[in-house]
Amino acid sequence: MKLGATATRAGRRFISSLPALFGVVVFTFLLMRVLPGDPAVFFASGPQAGPEEIAMIRKQMGLDKPVPQQLLLYLGDLSQGNLGRSLTTGQPVLADLRNRLPASLELTLTALLIALLTAVPLGIAAALRPGSAVDHLVRFICALGVCVPTFVSGLLLIYVFYYLLGLAPDPTGRIDIFLSQPPRITGFLLIDFALAGDWEGWSAAARQLVLPALTMALFVVAPLARMTRASMLASLGSDFIRTAKSLGLSSRKIIVTYALRNAILPVLTIAGIVFSTMLGANVLVEKVFSWPGVASYALDALLSSDYAPVQGFVLLMAAIFVFVNLTVDVLYGIADPRVSVE
Amino acid sequence: MTAGLMPAPPLLAVDDLHVDFSTRNGIVKAVRGVSLNVAEGETLGVVGESGSGKSVTAFAVTRLLEASGRITGGHIRFRGQDITRASSSQLRSLHGAAVSMIFQNPRAALNPIRTVGLQLADAINAHEQVSAGEGRRRALELLKSVLIRDPEQRLDAYPHELSGGMCQRVMIAMAIAGKPSLLIADEPTTGLDVTTQKTVMDLVARIITERGMSMILITHDLGLAARYCQRVMVMEQGKVVEEATPRTLFSQPAHPYTKRLVAASPTATSTIADLAPGEGVNPRATRAGDDTDSKPTPGTPPLLEVQNLVKRYDRGVVAVDDVSFQIAAGESLGLVGESGSGKSTISRLVCRLIDASEGQILFDGQSIGGQPARSFHASPVRKDIQIVFQDPTESLNPRYNAFECIAHPLRRLLAMKDGAALTARVRECATRTGLPLDLLERFPHQLSGGQKARVGIARAIACRPRLLILDEPTAALDVSVQAIILQLLDSLRRQDGLSLLFVSHDLNVVRMMCERIVVLRLGKIVEIGSNETIFRDASNPYTRELIDAVLNISDHRQG
Repeated sequence: MKLGATATRAGRRFISSLPALFGVVVFTFLLMRVLPGDPAVFFASGPQAGPEEIAMIRKQMGLDKPVPQQLLLYLGDLSQGNLGRSLTTGQPVLADLRNRLPASLELTLTALLIALLTAVPLGIAAALRPGSAVDHLVRFICALGVCVPTFVSGLLLIYVFYYLLGLAPDPTGRIDIFLSQPPRITGFLLIDFALAGDWEGWSAAARQLVLPALTMALFVVAPLARMTRASMLASLGSDFIRTAKSLGLSSRKIIVTYALRNAILPVLTIAGIVFSTMLGANVLVEKVFSWPGVASYALDALLSSDYAPVQGFVLLMAAIFVFVNLTVDVLYGIADPRVSVE
Repeated sequence: MTAGLMPAPPLLAVDDLHVDFSTRNGIVKAVRGVSLNVAEGETLGVVGESGSGKSVTAFAVTRLLEASGRITGGHIRFRGQDITRASSSQLRSLHGAAVSMIFQNPRAALNPIRTVGLQLADAINAHEQVSAGEGRRRALELLKSVLIRDPEQRLDAYPHELSGGMCQRVMIAMAIAGKPSLLIADEPTTGLDVTTQKTVMDLVARIITERGMSMILITHDLGLAARYCQRVMVMEQGKVVEEATPRTLFSQPAHPYTKRLVAASPTATSTIADLAPGEGVNPRATRAGDDTDSKPTPGTPPLLEVQNLVKRYDRGVVAVDDVSFQIAAGESLGLVGESGSGKSTISRLVCRLIDASEGQILFDGQSIGGQPARSFHASPVRKDIQIVFQDPTESLNPRYNAFECIAHPLRRLLAMKDGAALTARVRECATRTGLPLDLLERFPHQLSGGQKARVGIARAIACRPRLLILDEPTAALDVSVQAIILQLLDSLRRQDGLSLLFVSHDLNVVRMMCERIVVLRLGKIVEIGSNETIFRDASNPYTRELIDAVLNISDHRQG
């Protein structure tokens, strides 16, 4: 009954997010048309291409039609699952995104995992002794993580671990170009290598992943740690913790089972938001580490006025955002029995 | 208690206890030299008003003070063993197994996302290792011992699925899980319905006797202390001012503070004037109903008439179900009932803060139900119907000082502009409600509870309303402050010929304040009648039950 209620709620949320998705599609489409830059000029054979050639390309691309009609055509294509074709890569956008999304997801998920594994213990440590040296240290780390932009911390990490210490492999993509790729099953290199039983390849891929993931994690430790600290403090100060103490429960039980499980709920929400943001905003990290992800793909397309990939990317991000929020909702419903009552 | 030759040491002996709190405004001495003894099997009552240090004493004894509190002097001995500086592992073995506590606001005292059964098992597991199945079996046993309904189902319930009274029963079950010899009950029934209060306290008293436990009952309610304690200690500003048996204490209070406290506690026979002798605002403030000048002249239409009022919420919840009553000009009508009876909903409906689903509200013969609540602020009747809310803090805008709070309705409803007239009116309202004029500059957080209540009343009477709705106006106040506020309301009513709709769960207060009483249960009117009829010979069993549940100190007072 409980799960049923959660599923119903998730379904309702999903349906209510559809108009927003549609809005995103239309908005991005129009925005791309408003932006300066004419793809026909960009893709013409050269600077000396004549106006006839440009007009022909424009006609080929359907850019000579009025904008509303273009929008309708685009929506029609979308409904058939056709996101258009990228002019830069010559591939269908859907195929491009499908190729590159696992790279971004693998990086982002690893970074989020590292961030959570660091931030939650730090937040708890800070909350257990507010005002202590530990608390100030955590605050310092958080401030540092937020202040240093990812491209700086990324370069710094490369300088130290690759150039000075030689511990990390060269920051050129997901895997050493001389190594063979695993058979593509999920697109996540770590998982595919593991499935293929190629542990050497697995560790090579993992070594490539560490530095970019650390760079991203560093940036999001702060919000997660601060939220953990704040909600842990609130949780530790609540009446039921006093009750637990008055009954002589062990301090592990009090901190983990009583305080942390209650405190983790808001952290869950923040983690969902952080994840969605990271996925879109990690373009700098992808660029620094030559990571073949979706964000750098979209940036390249944007710079060359290639409409279809950018629109496809924004739609993908919006869909992921909806999906992540749904997941957080469902998890919340499972973790907090009060939610389904409302 | 023990009749042996060697008197055994008391179970708990506290000697000259001092507790300090470090706050932003410096050190606050919350407990200043408290000594107390609790013998085996004895129940000691600790009474006092907020800030008297009674709860701090309890938390110091159990060493559960918050981080800013510190024991700065004195000794706490449990069974002769000094636990004043006990280590945290020593304390862990004491907590739950030797001393345990039950708290005010039982729902918050339970972990909201853990089932009742698991929390009970945690309490058992804290002192002995039991398997999950054994823990569940013992948890069920505990639930049965606190007489909870359907104990099997409750094991898997979460606190938010239980009523306040049931949560307190679960809390009691947890407190006795480790078989302690001393139970400290900190305001265990505050916030519960009167009938629930009585059953919960009866349960606690029975468990204490059955298991040969001792108890410290901390309460602001003298009636509760009188009924359940063998000895009562009165605290004021961190000190014990008096200690005696309830009979002596309430019949011949020696200390002036105790005298004031006893006088301020409403009883079955007290009148408004009795509550705070010497502080009466109006010498004519006597028992409600005695006055002839407030009786309505026959033939005049009632000021307020409510006809077949219904309020439905989503999911088929009917909060108010076919309620009709009248209030004459100058009359005071009481609405009583337990939580969920719909009394607060009715007060909001009549005040036109929410819309009724069905029914008529006639004010001065004219229907006011037609205008939606959302735009009722623009109605000419708005200034005639004003409300005083339950929580004096929450109902004042924290960014407005007292002057602005009182001036706000004058500006909005009477369109008064800043100037001498407005200032004069605000000062007049403040004076009438006994609010010192130099406090008008202060913001709510700089005022005491009683002062905030006065601001709330001054704001409500600023527009000279004809009907004043009082939604539990004194529920959040100490008895001595309540006494003064009640006197104030009574005299305002008499001076202005105000009609009152007085919502309260406290039957003694309603009896003193109101001429007629409406008893509500689950949104329906159970009984409606004059003050005397209801209290002397209530025909309805539910009303009878409500009246019987009121704990009075009067038996003791009369010796």
